[in-house]
Amino acid sequence: MTEPTAPKGTTVVAEWVVKSPVLKGCSARAAAGFAAAAVALFALAPLALSDFRLGLLAKYLCTAMVAVGICLAWGRGGLLTLGQGVFFGLGGYAMAMHLKIADAGPGNLPDFMQLYGTATELPWWWRPFENPLFALAATVLLPMAVAAILGSFIFRRRVKGAYFAILSQALTAAFAIWLIGQQATTGGTNGLTDIQGFFGYDLNDPVNQRMVYFVIAAALLLLIALARQLIHSRYGELLVAVRDSEERVRFLGYNPANVKLVAYVVAAGMAGLAGALFVPAVGIISPAMIGIVPSIEFVIGAAVGGRASLVGAVLGAVGVAWAKTALSEEFPAAWTYFQGLLFIVALAFLPGGLASLVGIVRRRRAARAGGEPSPALPLGEAA
Amino acid sequence: MTVILGQTFTGISIGAVLLLIALGLSLTFGQMNVINMAHGEFIMAGAYTTYVLQKSISGAGLSLLVALPVAFLVAGALGALLEWLLIRRLYLRPLDTLLVTWGVSLMLQQLARDIFGAPNVQTRAPDLLTGNITIIGGDDPLTFANSRLFILGLAIAAVVALSLTLRMTSLGRRIRGVVQNRDLAEVSGISTERVDRTAFFIGSGLAGVAGVALTLVGPIGPTMGTNIIIDAFLVIVVGGIGQLKGTVIVAFVLGVLQSVLEYSTTVSVAKVLVLVAIVAFLQWRPQGLYTLRTRSLV
Amino acid sequence: MSSGSSGFSSFKGSRFSRRRVTAGAAALAAVVALSACGAKTDAAGGSSDKAAKADTSGDTVKVGLLNSLSGTMAISEVTVRDSLKLAIEEINASGGVLGKKIKPISEDGASDWPTFAEKANKLIKEDRVVATFGCWTSASRKAVKPVFEKNKSLLFYPVQYEGLEESPYIFYTGATTNQQIVPALDYLKSEGKKSIYLVGSDYVFPRTANKIIKAYAKANGMKVLGEDYAPLGSTEFSTIANKVKASKADAVFNTLNGDSNVAFFKEYKSAGLTAKSMPVVSVSIAEEEVKSIGSQYLAGQLTAWNYYQTTTGEANTEFVKAYKAKYGQDKPTSDPMEAAYTSVYLWKAMVEKAKSFDPEKVKAASDGITFDAPEGKVTVDGASQHIYKTARIGKIGSDGLIEQVWDSGKAIKPDPYLKGYSWASGLS
Repeated sequence: MTEPTAPKGTTVVAEWVVKSPVLKGCSARAAAGFAAAAVALFALAPLALSDFRLGLLAKYLCTAMVAVGICLAWGRGGLLTLGQGVFFGLGGYAMAMHLKIADAGPGNLPDFMQLYGTATELPWWWRPFENPLFALAATVLLPMAVAAILGSFIFRRRVKGAYFAILSQALTAAFAIWLIGQQATTGGTNGLTDIQGFFGYDLNDPVNQRMVYFVIAAALLLLIALARQLIHSRYGELLVAVRDSEERVRFLGYNPANVKLVAYVVAAGMAGLAGALFVPAVGIISPAMIGIVPSIEFVIGAAVGGRASLVGAVLGAVGVAWAKTALSEEFPAAWTYFQGLLFIVALAFLPGGLASLVGIVRRRRAARAGGEPSPALPLGEAA
Repeated sequence: MTVILGQTFTGISIGAVLLLIALGLSLTFGQMNVINMAHGEFIMAGAYTTYVLQKSISGAGLSLLVALPVAFLVAGALGALLEWLLIRRLYLRPLDTLLVTWGVSLMLQQLARDIFGAPNVQTRAPDLLTGNITIIGGDDPLTFANSRLFILGLAIAAVVALSLTLRMTSLGRRIRGVVQNRDLAEVSGISTERVDRTAFFIGSGLAGVAGVALTLVGPIGPTMGTNIIIDAFLVIVVGGIGQLKGTVIVAFVLGVLQSVLEYSTTVSVAKVLVLVAIVAFLQWRPQGLYTLRTRSLV
Repeated sequence: MSSGSSGFSSFKGSRFSRRRVTAGAAALAAVVALSACGAKTDAAGGSSDKAAKADTSGDTVKVGLLNSLSGTMAISEVTVRDSLKLAIEEINASGGVLGKKIKPISEDGASDWPTFAEKANKLIKEDRVVATFGCWTSASRKAVKPVFEKNKSLLFYPVQYEGLEESPYIFYTGATTNQQIVPALDYLKSEGKKSIYLVGSDYVFPRTANKIIKAYAKANGMKVLGEDYAPLGSTEFSTIANKVKASKADAVFNTLNGDSNVAFFKEYKSAGLTAKSMPVVSVSIAEEEVKSIGSQYLAGQLTAWNYYQTTTGEANTEFVKAYKAKYGQDKPTSDPMEAAYTSVYLWKAMVEKAKSFDPEKVKAASDGITFDAPEGKVTVDGASQHIYKTARIGKIGSDGLIEQVWDSGKAIKPDPYLKGYSWASGLS
């Protein structure tokens, strides 16, 4: 099915990109936005929030990091990535494996292996993670490598739309089931829990917990800057063009598979980094963070905020995660009603997410002032 | 030999369940391209219908037979309501439909929990359906469960009814017309809106029928739908969108594959292998086993 | 068309993007600078928050109830929450604890382990509860264990589990392995069962339990003919039923959890297997599960627990009456519900003995605390923080209730690491 408001040509796409609210703002405005975000994350939040709430914010920011990748791959590239849980999990497990080995100390096995396993030494595929540098690199590179392999097959065969979505779900399910089945070496359903230290820092110390929060906040800003750069590059324009009319891009001599692959791989790397930082923030990684449900929740955060807008996706992810906590604290027995309703209202009636409200208001104001209305935001769907 | 034969029979019985839960989807997803994540909750609605009916109808066999049409209507009505409230606004955005109906499924689960309580509920099966028939006697008898036989019969009946409806009736012709070319159908005087709603009613109703059948083999509880929904979608995707025969073949192939692998390995390994096999298969045939040939580039 | 495209690309001058890079770099520099000063303020200002202690100042104290009210585990955990609430109401009606009323704060763990950890943190740090009751699966317990240990707060865990754990801040009021699984094996042995088949859900409890069962079988001349695990929530059991049937074992040891039990027993009956031809001993099927599966499929099968609704004694009569009065005549009581109910009373007795809500003092006072629980008199073993419990084997009746057919005679001392059993020495 093609987009009903299919652009008349790449010129239209290009025109839209140029005129889109994101780019219209000059770089000074972007810098101001960054500075404001930095002040909020690094000064206001730590002062205003208790240790516990700050820890929760750290967790939300991790989902926001995943949302940055989703914004790129889905919002810009039209790939509904319903398998981000896999990459989040790969990054998380890579990090947690190293931290568990470090907690156990040299020569010892991690606690759960002693309890449930029969092995007397580390399995071979755990060994490399003893090295902190390898583990750190693996948190990002491993998900990216897996995404590259998967993506190069899937996109070359032009699997897309609903097929791609369902395929991603099947893969997350398979990965979660496999992890659960390997209890002696992966901790099974329990996952890897009770993580004490983070590269020599004691995670029980609230000061170090704050440090982890700052690392996460800085990483998020870095990813946003990176994604912004990508979106506004020539590649970013090509990506939107592929989303809106893949065939046309192909006829122009590009290979859409490669264009999509880059977005998919970058999004996977971002999810991996998010998973890796989730581990010291929460102290646990388990298959519960990998299956179909968390994968959908990652996407929903971005969709509620506005998939095509970086700011929208990030704020949406944080907002939805926060709403989940707040609603479930307030209404422990009935909060899923509100959560479901939130998804339905936001997605069915505000296809561009909450971010599109800004555009609507701006257009109204422009119309009242007699100015030229800017073109409506395309829906960003490549089914 | 008996083992292979036995597992083939088991596979067919697993396939029958898969076919029944996927059949409704072959209409809503396969024909209309709507990814309805609440389909599992329509199955749940069918199962709870059986439970409610058993409270007033004492005979287990009679209540089961009554439950079939009632569940069809209940789940169908839920589906038509969902279509009218939400999905019709989303036909041009199939992937958003997935997320919206996910929200709906969360709410329906909580609703079931509030109405019927969080624990699972039980229904009684007629005694006839708890036994089995012996296919090969002897020391290691080969048997086939009556409940599975019933489900197999029901699935075949539903497939025949659905394909006859699609082929023979004017409604079926209209549905196929809308699927193949919506604009042309509209120009020819077909009310595509009404066709959509009717098709969704039938697809969701079939989920209700599947729910009745599932009470014979599985649990009846608020989360019963989430456990099976992905399997059902996979059957459609592998079978090929818009093709009933693909759905039928794939349901049984996946059932046999699962049961044979399960016998020789473990349940988890078998599940992972089946999922990997599906991914590999889609590399080979990205549009599924059977495809509607169209001239469109996408 | 192509001219439009090329015109477009030339629009983006390099100057434009370079400026943006500079802006980004400036923003990041600001970030780093701010983060440094932010960190310093925390080090000084964060300390007041660090000492978040339980709040016992008012005339009420808060306790946390941490159960899954949504998701797959809600089918079991909601009844535990109900039972905890009943105990709290009763205690409040009779004057509370140390003159203070108890205010329960209920949180939803949502069947998701990181959420359990988050909610445990919230209960301790925001609500400042004096103790928390709840958790069901081992995974949820493992997820919250570091939270309670880190904050030195108490958790009362009311479900039978796989042992091999003694957290200093958890009281285990359900059975450990030597109070449930080992007695069940003793019973099977005494009944002359020589071979068994193991069926379980794929998670920690069944896998650990089966490790113990295999060690026991080896030492006692029993044969384990097969071992199968189904993913949690799995509802397709025809192949496993075939395998069990083909094995011709004397009995089946079932450690399946939740939904899977329903599908397993329906398939078991369809395969023509009965309680007579091949009895199944289940360790996760209590009255609530019997009700949801149906006695049609379960009549005659065996269960291993420490409590049944039919257990005799005045304390149980009172408990069953109170529970049904509050939640409905058709609601059964079960072992985890009873253990949860008991845990609140045990906590009350500990607090009263310690004359303080302070977790350290409560722990110190715990040894030897007794309570006339519905299951009979239970005693806290201060060293392991488990309780002495009587093991009971029951047979499921056609009325949906479970009748006791055997008991251990006296309350068994908890031994979570099975140190007192020579055959278990290799199990770590």
